[in-house]
Amino acid sequence: MSAIEVGGKSIEVDEEGYLTNRDDWNEEIAAVMAKEDDCDLDSNHWEVINFLREYYEEYQIAPAVRVLTKAIGKKLGADKGNSKYLYELFPYGPAKQACKYAGLPKPTGCV
Amino acid sequence: MSDEMMEDEGVVKKLGYVNRKAPYGTVYALESLEVVLIGAAFDQDVSVIFMDDGVYQLKKGQDTKASEMKNFSPTYRALEGYDVEKLYVEKESMDTRGLSADDLIVPVEIKSSEEIMQIMEDQDIILSF
Amino acid sequence: MLHTVNKSPFQANALLSCLRVAKKGSAILLIEDGVYGALDGTKATPTVQEAMKNHKVYALAPDLEARGVQDKVLKGVETVDYGGFVDLVAEYDTVQAWL
Repeated sequence: MSAIEVGGKSIEVDEEGYLTNRDDWNEEIAAVMAKEDDCDLDSNHWEVINFLREYYEEYQIAPAVRVLTKAIGKKLGADKGNSKYLYELFPYGPAKQACKYAGLPKPTGCV
Repeated sequence: MSDEMMEDEGVVKKLGYVNRKAPYGTVYALESLEVVLIGAAFDQDVSVIFMDDGVYQLKKGQDTKASEMKNFSPTYRALEGYDVEKLYVEKESMDTRGLSADDLIVPVEIKSSEEIMQIMEDQDIILSF
Repeated sequence: MLHTVNKSPFQANALLSCLRVAKKGSAILLIEDGVYGALDGTKATPTVQEAMKNHKVYALAPDLEARGVQDKVLKGVETVDYGGFVDLVAEYDTVQAWL
């Protein structure tokens, strides 16, 4: 088990950097995780992160990228519901990277 | 998953999942659900059949707080977003287990044993859980 | 004696075997998938109702809740929590688990 330091506290993560305990999550943790990837979170990032947290709350899974893209398009409009936009925000893969910042497990089916 | 696998000559196969086990007591129900979600990436023609104790997977109002297990029943409602829309429940299984359509967490098509037989016959591949 | 049954009555014969040999006055506790045997309106209901003439029947509440069937429990079946499970084991000197 590894850990990250956030606000003087040690937060447990797995070997790929995903939170071990989903309940540990807060916005500061997301920002610290993003910083480690040289990513500064702006409102567009937060929109997707918050969407993922809501999706998880409702369905108890992290969506596959295809499903995420479609659902974002439905909720936030076609200019955001496409992989180009989402990959620009999250170059390591929208589902993988955004799920990590959102404190969720890796999407089911993601290798 | 690679694009080549997904596009494999563009042949769409009819893929049927048969769920016959209650949730929680064994791991079959959860395993099946995960395979359905992963398999959805392959763009096949998917049907999911619930019969025998498998109908209990779809029971509304599951609450696992006291037993400290993961409640995966809300995930059945995500299937529509994965384009898995053909959910079939055998009526006889529901009747003998005290369930009616109102008890289920997702909209399904309720089928007779005869109709379930035909749906199974129509599949190219069946995965059994 | 306390008998515990953890299999669905529709999928295994554990409950039937239990009822066949359980002595009058012994208690039956339904747990895990066994709690489906505690429901009203099922194919197993008449069998369990008949058994309740000779046995006190309990069902584990956390397992009923997990399966979303706590509202369908047959009248006369007593639900217990984990503490109640422990009390039953303590009350009856022997336990037979019908696995």
